[in-house]
Amino acid sequence: MSTLLRLATAGSVDDGKSTLVGRLLYDSKSVLADQLDAVRRVSEDKGLGHVDLALLTDGLRAEREQGITIDVAYRYFATPARTFILADCPGHVQYTRNTVTGSSTADVLVLLVDIRYGVSEQTRRHLSVGRLLRVPHVIVAVNKIDLVDYAEEPYAAVEAEVRRIADSLGVPDVWTIPVSALVGDNIVDRSARTPWYTGPSLLELLETLEPEDAVADSPFRFPVQLTIRPQGAAAPEFRDYRGYAGRIATGRVRVGDEVTALPSGRVTTVAGIDTAAGTLDEAFAPMSVTLRLADDLDIGRGELLASGSVPEASADLDGTVAWLGERPLRQGARVLVKHGTRTVQAVVRGVHGRLDLDTLAPTAADELALNDIGRVQLRLAAPIAAEDYASSRTNGSFLLIDPQTGASLAAGMVRASAEPELDADLLDWVI
Amino acid sequence: MTAPAPTAPAASRLNHLATLESEAIHIVREMVAELERPVLLFSGGKDSVVMLHVARKAFWPGPVPFPVLHVDTGHNFPEVLAYRDRVVEELGLKLIVASVQDYIDDGRLLERADGTRNPLQTQPLLDAIAEGRFDAVFGGGRRDEEKARAKERVVSLRDEFGAWDPRNQRPELWSLYNPRHRPGEHVRVFPLSNWTELDVWRYIEAENIPLPDLYYAHNREVFRRDGMWIAVGEVTSPRPSEVVETRRVRYRTVGDMSCTGAVESDAASVADVIAEVAAVRVTERGATRADDRLSEAAMEDRKKEGYF
Repeated sequence: MSTLLRLATAGSVDDGKSTLVGRLLYDSKSVLADQLDAVRRVSEDKGLGHVDLALLTDGLRAEREQGITIDVAYRYFATPARTFILADCPGHVQYTRNTVTGSSTADVLVLLVDIRYGVSEQTRRHLSVGRLLRVPHVIVAVNKIDLVDYAEEPYAAVEAEVRRIADSLGVPDVWTIPVSALVGDNIVDRSARTPWYTGPSLLELLETLEPEDAVADSPFRFPVQLTIRPQGAAAPEFRDYRGYAGRIATGRVRVGDEVTALPSGRVTTVAGIDTAAGTLDEAFAPMSVTLRLADDLDIGRGELLASGSVPEASADLDGTVAWLGERPLRQGARVLVKHGTRTVQAVVRGVHGRLDLDTLAPTAADELALNDIGRVQLRLAAPIAAEDYASSRTNGSFLLIDPQTGASLAAGMVRASAEPELDADLLDWVI
Repeated sequence: MTAPAPTAPAASRLNHLATLESEAIHIVREMVAELERPVLLFSGGKDSVVMLHVARKAFWPGPVPFPVLHVDTGHNFPEVLAYRDRVVEELGLKLIVASVQDYIDDGRLLERADGTRNPLQTQPLLDAIAEGRFDAVFGGGRRDEEKARAKERVVSLRDEFGAWDPRNQRPELWSLYNPRHRPGEHVRVFPLSNWTELDVWRYIEAENIPLPDLYYAHNREVFRRDGMWIAVGEVTSPRPSEVVETRRVRYRTVGDMSCTGAVESDAASVADVIAEVAAVRVTERGATRADDRLSEAAMEDRKKEGYF
């Protein structure tokens, strides 16, 4: 059975990220002849001495003209064991926005470091973002080892520095690998030129790291998307059908389980689990199913069905946000909060500090500018049943939306504890 | 090569195909819940067929709660149109046809010198969207198809001219899709964004979805043009220098007859096609679409003007 792994790559063009992505696609035979021909042709037109694999990933006209990567691009490759969705996050423009976007769905974050220059400011920032977004695994590919004659010492220095920063941030699972994306060392196969390195190649590691487990040890959470009630439009046996459609966010559910609908607080039991392919006795995340309930509750879209330790619904929301709006966020701003399948009006009660991604320290601030990450408190027009992002990346995340233009303004992560304390330990602060 | 049935809960981890299906169902349901008037682009091509299949599963036991729209270039394969009509009839769907031929007949559009009608689809499409006041347009587009599509969001905002602005896209975070838009704007929605050509075929096999016959190997009178096998037909006749021969071919994509080429193939069943696609060394658009060869950024340019 092939499983799906979502990874995000971050780093600048100078670190060789596009080359690395091109190399992964090329070596896993996901690049086809006509794509390679096009890249070869353009490389020759540009007078390059080699086939520039970066051209495989830079798709937009402006990107090729300016030689930079503008937007997150999604790539696909597969090995017999795994199917990979790769979010390629450019480092130059809007790097926070792009890395936050890519990390939000990633099981693995792959960062690039140029071995000649070591850990950069941007590497620290990317590690911070990966930690903040709680990406389960981080791989730091220490690139361009061919340019230091495959020497161990510079690699060991980078590795030590990466570990020091990762420890200080509390990044749970960090791997470092010496690679040459250009030549292909330690990308698919372990390289004979780095005998001092005994770890896995990049692809070996990607094939073995476990994607986030949203089933085991997670309580059942099911945001209701819509009510399916076909009435006269269905076959006669389904005229009285009433089911609640959604995708299981975390955990598992069995027929007969007691569930609580939030924020209404009504309790009932699951009478049936339906899919178009048949009924099930049990379902688990991330399956899309339709649940029938024993009682005729007056619930619909926006309700969360939950069991286990049921979250408390609240109209006060405290969270860390990555601000992506052009205009600064200040106290008093009116926004929409989208959490799960529920969208409610909200007002910003306060902005309480900003995370300085350069020094990795919280600083006092009462407004957030584009690409800032900070703490905000929101008062909602109606309660939502959110829980800590630390306990659930799905039920602990939210969007801020501009009510007038509809633009997405911020990526938000719920922090359940009440008042922010700026002098508190950093780890506590970043969730 | 047989993929397991996507909805079978064998273990506590879904296989990749079941994960992709669940993601697509989630996206379709989100848009139907949040928007007023969705429509599905349905041509009878395999990606739109899979999209429709996913939509049926998303709302079972209810009907698909939106109409389907086909932009007919007037140069479509007759067997694909027949398939389209059969499916629409069987499922009791409402079909809206936007006809490029009508636009050419009354002078609103001019036939191109090269005879290709794919770029002419944009205006009838935008008019049909405006006329139907559709605010969400589902398509079967996939990011692995083309470089510009690799950068497109699952839920992609279009301005009042139907234009895509690749430099001003909304960040798409977690699985919190944001389809909000101002009056006159709409969103294009691509629930199969994360699927590859191979995923589509494995899903067709696992779900036993019927397709138009020309996706499978058959004998056809063809001639060679621009490195592709073009069928002899009403709109594609060979030039004096082009030799007509009968070859065993199949289509990897079905679009406008004038710019869609066949590939030589013996793949007569879904399993054969899966084996072929897994081993193939050319992308489906590279092999079969003349219109994407116009320039390095042909697709991007058409998308900016409001194309799918």
